[in-house]
Amino acid sequence: MEFVLSLIVLAAAVAVIAAPLRRGSHSNPTVAAELASLDAAKEAKYREIRDAELDFRTGKLSAGDYRSLDHALRAEAIELMRRLDAAREAAGGRPRA
Amino acid sequence: MLNSGRVCLTFALLIALYGIAVSLYGARRGERNWVDSGRRAVYALAGVLTVAFVILEAAFLRSDFSFALVGSHSSTTTPTFYKATAVWSSQEGSLLLWVWLFAIWSSLVLFATRRRLREIAPYATAILLGFAAFFAALVVFLASPFELADPAPAEGAGLQPLLRHPSMMVHPPMLYSGYTLFAVPFAFAAGALVARRLGTDWIAAMRRFALAAWFFLGFGILIGARWSWSELGWGGYWAWDPVENASLMPWLTGTAFLHSAMIQERRGMLKVWNVSLVLATGVLAVLGTFLVRSGILDSIHAFGASTLGKPFLGFIIVLVIGSVVLVVTRLDALRPEAHFEALLSRESIFLLNNLVLLGLCFVIFWGTFFPLISEAVTGQRASVGPPWFDGYTVPLAIALVFLSGVGPVIAWRRATLRNARRNFRLPLAAAAAAALALMLVPDIRREPPALLMFCAAAFVFAAVAQELWRGTRARRATSGESAPRALASLVRRNRRRYGGYVVHAGVAALFVGVAASSTFQHVRDVRLSPGQTANIGGYDIRYVRATSELSPEKITLGALLELRKDGRRVATLMPNRGYYPSRDPTLGPMARYFDGEATSEVGLDAGLRRDVWTAVEPDIGAMRRMIDGIDRRFPLAAGESATVLLGAIADRYAARPPPASLRLIVSPMVEWIWLGGLIGVAGGLVALWPAPGAARRRASVLRAARLDRELSRA
Repeated sequence: MEFVLSLIVLAAAVAVIAAPLRRGSHSNPTVAAELASLDAAKEAKYREIRDAELDFRTGKLSAGDYRSLDHALRAEAIELMRRLDAAREAAGGRPRA
Repeated sequence: MLNSGRVCLTFALLIALYGIAVSLYGARRGERNWVDSGRRAVYALAGVLTVAFVILEAAFLRSDFSFALVGSHSSTTTPTFYKATAVWSSQEGSLLLWVWLFAIWSSLVLFATRRRLREIAPYATAILLGFAAFFAALVVFLASPFELADPAPAEGAGLQPLLRHPSMMVHPPMLYSGYTLFAVPFAFAAGALVARRLGTDWIAAMRRFALAAWFFLGFGILIGARWSWSELGWGGYWAWDPVENASLMPWLTGTAFLHSAMIQERRGMLKVWNVSLVLATGVLAVLGTFLVRSGILDSIHAFGASTLGKPFLGFIIVLVIGSVVLVVTRLDALRPEAHFEALLSRESIFLLNNLVLLGLCFVIFWGTFFPLISEAVTGQRASVGPPWFDGYTVPLAIALVFLSGVGPVIAWRRATLRNARRNFRLPLAAAAAAALALMLVPDIRREPPALLMFCAAAFVFAAVAQELWRGTRARRATSGESAPRALASLVRRNRRRYGGYVVHAGVAALFVGVAASSTFQHVRDVRLSPGQTANIGGYDIRYVRATSELSPEKITLGALLELRKDGRRVATLMPNRGYYPSRDPTLGPMARYFDGEATSEVGLDAGLRRDVWTAVEPDIGAMRRMIDGIDRRFPLAAGESATVLLGAIADRYAARPPPASLRLIVSPMVEWIWLGGLIGVAGGLVALWPAPGAARRRASVLRAARLDRELSRA
């Protein structure tokens, strides 16, 4: 009984671990990492834009400060999107429509 | 099933070593299939350890004393609930719980990030498996939970009486979940440093898991404090014990990281600071585990002296040196992408809050390790007590609470003085009103630290309320929703922000409880006979009569107390002390109960304004003649006859009790600690709860569309 249980555990573990080794490996993690990093930065920038808007609407920023901050954040976001498009193009993918 | 358990642990060690090798090989060669195999090794590890854990748990539930661990930590008379929890009452079982939870959490994180962080993940996987290999090696070679008892005893020793509390089911798993989850951001930070991929993605991905670790560890600490207050007979919830401190240190650095990570995520700043914080938090989590297990510092929570100290120390040294080398050699890749724009901004407040949190951590670290430091320097071991800790932590805690109110009302990037003045008006008015009202109370006026803490808390409550109100008003203005619906929408759409604010309010409430209960507590030790009354903190406590009870596991002696205020009955309290039999064969059949271990059951009348806490210590010395007399006359009494004789002692105690020693405490606002903690937990859950995928995608698409329009105009 104990021997059978041990064998089952071993067989299941080997099956789980060995599955990826039966297929080939084709990926370029450097490009993927670059895209992921830019994508995360873009999402963070969107959040920053939204937070600035909420800061303004809850009275923490004056209208003038908000306008200049929002403008700066949007410019940063646009720059990020440009870099993201360039990275996608370099990776052989399509840039955003 | 002992052999199956051992085989599973050996498989676990081999799987971990295999996973490390293939993850590093796959990363170096850029071969995805080997990397995937390494990741799947973590899943397999979790599966194999689950089987091992189930085997051990089943042995405890079946009272299978052929497992040495079951015989030494459980018995047939141990209630089933405590049989289930007894698994992690031992060094060996708790190590298995640690590595099992670690494998489960690591699997979940690696599964959730399997399509992201592809350059970092192989190194992070190897580091996670390094942790797992270390702990698996401990349970395979040094502290195996699958040791054979030969011959198997007919009866076990039972679970240590102090651990027979419902919190035993939740407190250790919560703490271990916190510790093990903090190892995950550590591994990914180290992986990011090795791979030199120090952009925004790893910190954005890890923030949620660091928050989960913070949540579990904080909840575990809170439950531990509550357990101490409601069960242990010393009358406190925090003793600055080394093991308690060890759990608080990673929580503090983790809290600092959760704040400063936001700055890196948004601005690409504080990169060195953040990786250092994550790495320090991971090391402190292992340090906490080390302190519980090594026996190098005296603690009621530690497992006592063991052979695990040296391996743990070696592991911690490797972690510290590895972390320092990685940070120093990657300084060029950790350059900030931006700088602080203004001194008055939320970023600055977060940085200040980080410094206070680290200050707290340093004070606690110094006080905890002072016995070792003093021994190394002077050759004599000296320790510092609660007054030393209080001297430093109280001002830092006041500053921390105050800053937790400043952060929410100040804008990101830059805040003008004019806006700041407007936003600070209400919180400052609330703090001033609290100060004026409290100054009228002479007791509070004489305690400036408590007064300052109450004012800081009033500041936080007003700041958070103002933020929720203004946010709701802004939401109503754009959506036309009713106020409750607008508030719900606001929180749902900004979970991190408003969940965090709720946590701040909870922390402020918690510190109000700590300040009030520690400053204005009344404590009295009295010796009373039935019919006598003691007065404490405006309450009369009358010892009405003695109580006694017999169960298969223990004999319980106690007191029925009547609590009165101004002549009016408030509550009936029944503190007692349970006596569990010793296994020492040289003791007589009755004496073994009273010379074994005993636990206190506290008589507690809890309320938002104050807790009245009572514990009793029956005078066993006065019963000794009777106990010894029975033992002399019936030295072989066992089973039913022993029960009858024990019943006679119980009846005699209830009928003619000697005077009992009572500890009486009236402590104001203790419940605020638990209430504040629960508010913090609720806020943590709000922040942790993932935004619905569809809503997140919709928000991103909408924002991208708006930016696209600008892009086309640019």
